[in-house]
Amino acid sequence: MDDNISIFEGPVCPAPLSHHDTIVLGHGSGGLMTHNLIKHVFKSAFSNPMIDAGNDFANAPLPETLTKGRLSISTDSHIISPIFFPGGDIGKLAVCGTVNDMSMSGSTPLYLTASFILEEGLPIKELEIIVNSMQKAAEEANVAIIAGDTKVVEKGKGDKIFISTTGVGWLSDHKKIGGEMAQPGDAILISGDIGDHGIAVLSARGDLGFQTDLKSDVAPLNHLIQSLVNKIPNIHVLRDPTRGGLATTLNEIAKQSSVGMLIKEELIPVKPVVQNACEMLGFDPLYVANEGKVIVILPHEFKEKAIEIMQQNQYGGKTAYIGDVVSNHPGHVVLQTIFGTTRMLEMMAGEMLPRIC
Amino acid sequence: MCLGIPGKIIEIENSVGMRMAKIDFGGVIRSACIEAIPEAKVGDYTIIHAGFALNILSEEEAHETLSLLQEITDLNEELNTHD
Amino acid sequence: MTKITDFSKSFRNSKIVLGIVDEIKRITSQKWVLMEICGGQTHAIMQYGLDQLLPPEIELVHGPGCPVCVTPLDQIDRAHAIASLPNVIFCSFGDMLRVPGSDTDLFALKANGAQVRVVYSPLDAVRIAQENPDKEVVFFAIGFETTVPSNASSVLQAKALGVTNYSILVSQVCVPPAMHAILSSPHNRVQAFLAAGHVCAVMGYWEYHPIAEKYKIPIVVTGFEPLDLLQGILFSVRQLENSQYFVENAYSRAVTEKGNQIAQKIIHQVFEPFDRNWRGIGRIPMSGLSLREDFEFYDAENRFQVDHIQTREHEICIAGEILQGLKKPIDCPAFGSLCTPNNPLGAPMVSSEGACNAYYRYSTIGFSKEGL
Repeated sequence: MDDNISIFEGPVCPAPLSHHDTIVLGHGSGGLMTHNLIKHVFKSAFSNPMIDAGNDFANAPLPETLTKGRLSISTDSHIISPIFFPGGDIGKLAVCGTVNDMSMSGSTPLYLTASFILEEGLPIKELEIIVNSMQKAAEEANVAIIAGDTKVVEKGKGDKIFISTTGVGWLSDHKKIGGEMAQPGDAILISGDIGDHGIAVLSARGDLGFQTDLKSDVAPLNHLIQSLVNKIPNIHVLRDPTRGGLATTLNEIAKQSSVGMLIKEELIPVKPVVQNACEMLGFDPLYVANEGKVIVILPHEFKEKAIEIMQQNQYGGKTAYIGDVVSNHPGHVVLQTIFGTTRMLEMMAGEMLPRIC
Repeated sequence: MCLGIPGKIIEIENSVGMRMAKIDFGGVIRSACIEAIPEAKVGDYTIIHAGFALNILSEEEAHETLSLLQEITDLNEELNTHD
Repeated sequence: MTKITDFSKSFRNSKIVLGIVDEIKRITSQKWVLMEICGGQTHAIMQYGLDQLLPPEIELVHGPGCPVCVTPLDQIDRAHAIASLPNVIFCSFGDMLRVPGSDTDLFALKANGAQVRVVYSPLDAVRIAQENPDKEVVFFAIGFETTVPSNASSVLQAKALGVTNYSILVSQVCVPPAMHAILSSPHNRVQAFLAAGHVCAVMGYWEYHPIAEKYKIPIVVTGFEPLDLLQGILFSVRQLENSQYFVENAYSRAVTEKGNQIAQKIIHQVFEPFDRNWRGIGRIPMSGLSLREDFEFYDAENRFQVDHIQTREHEICIAGEILQGLKKPIDCPAFGSLCTPNNPLGAPMVSSEGACNAYYRYSTIGFSKEGL
């Protein structure tokens, strides 16, 4: 039984549901129970004209102020365990994840859809907390959740709750940002400390028996990114180093752009508690997941300005320059250690496992 | 075969006949068995491997080692400047 | 006085590191071959690129200090067979999960429904046994002497708590017999040993004097931080340059000559030495530790009859030669092509402290690894 509920904040839905405090198969049958669940849990949290219209579709206007451009669309599924962790929950993760994915193209996220697969037996109180958490994150990101779906599976056939989100945004034509755009001579920035999310979640999971005060860094980054791309026109690459960590994501970009990268170990920001947890378990912080960080690759001459802009945002306070894009060793990332020696930073091979050796 | 990092003993308890302690690895707390270091007290530092305390770290020896290595470094620096 | 957790960082001080490197360069007058026994030391050397700092005359070869790598294939197959049993929760250190047996690995078995759990400590496995009284919980007790006290304590704790659904599958090995085996081989090139610091924290280093004497070889007890490793190398080279051969302690903050006698008592209470097979090397007398008769009840090999194990080593894998320091990973024709961490042929490529894995992941020599 999950007794971690007290560790996070969030309003509880004031409308009590009659005679069901857990999800049962009936909630997914499409009948009255489904209708009531949607009304009392989802609609009451996500309330907006499109969702309130009560259709199986949402007609959503594009803001009039938008310049010529294209739709930006992103989709993702979220299956994290535990569903509640220090700093957030699966709901916040779902919203921020898709908002961030869209933002990495420089687009303005506008709308989200959210599909839920609920396991029979999930306490409705927990669902309410998650849904409210999603709304809170959506409000912060200035997006609206306008369509969704709910299904229920038998107990044992789903891990409490799975959430899929699709985001729709608008990308102005003049922006050309993507993983293939990195060029030799570019500077590489990271928006803050790495490894917080992965270690916080591992700690919450409890399997390895350690505790920390660490919180996940999960956050919507669209405002941070917008403030950057609006003031610096030639950003080449934006990407969030989620699963696989900073090292894996840099490798992806290096391969996409056919460039090399040289990263300086001493410049990479890591909290001591993350470093210590990694050393205890035999992990490398460079491979630990982040959910509220962005890698920025841009021409060197804009490096200082970018750092200044990012540091003014609440999620970019510890933005740091960590290395350069180079023409040597294309497709590979090399780390320069604190002693000036070098080692390869490969992509993560499989899952990261704690070791004794 | 020996991944072990130093941690500080912050609490000692007896868990069904086995002497256990809460260890602080700089903000990361985990329990470990301290059966093999009965003289350990709160505030001592130990190397923990696979949940077991191997020893009590000697601050004195650590200082001595660092001083020795610093001396060698200083001497080499002198030699290099005289070259 | 500065706190010791700061000392971890102090033993990475760049200025002193480069100072010790200078000293090593200053005193080195000829080629020397040094072996570090411990996989954790191999990992640290590669992670910090320490081998790049050393003068070219110093060659570091990597020893069989990877308990994952030296666990015999039939024991791995046995582990897989037990993990596949329906009522078993199989617990293991993370190191073992991807190690290939003859047919499969623990990860694949997990994907097929086997209950496999990674634990940080065997004591956690005992707790899992308490929480699941209707299941059999088996812990894969691998390790050198560093890990043996922890494995032993889990058995003692299970006994004290009356936990009967716990057992261990043992694959424990000792360092000194391995050193004898390497040094007595006619192909041996090792001229000095960096002894495994945390093994010595448990066992002390009194066992090494006869080895140093017999083979006339310097043995320096060495830790894991960059300064520890360089100090170990410096002391070894100093002895070699002066034609000396004795046991020296370069990890004195953590190791004493006698070691931790209580930990040793715990080991001997539960385990006893026997002749063990080392994967890739062969049988080394009195080099393994198995459960004493008093604790037979906790032996998973007795508890679970898993027959019909057909063991097949991969033909190309040269793990044995690598573990003995006779060859380097890059000498292997399969390195980086047929054999990668995602598709390992042998244990040194899987295990995160195996030499092949360390080379693949860290070495900038392996740059052209796609076309090796």
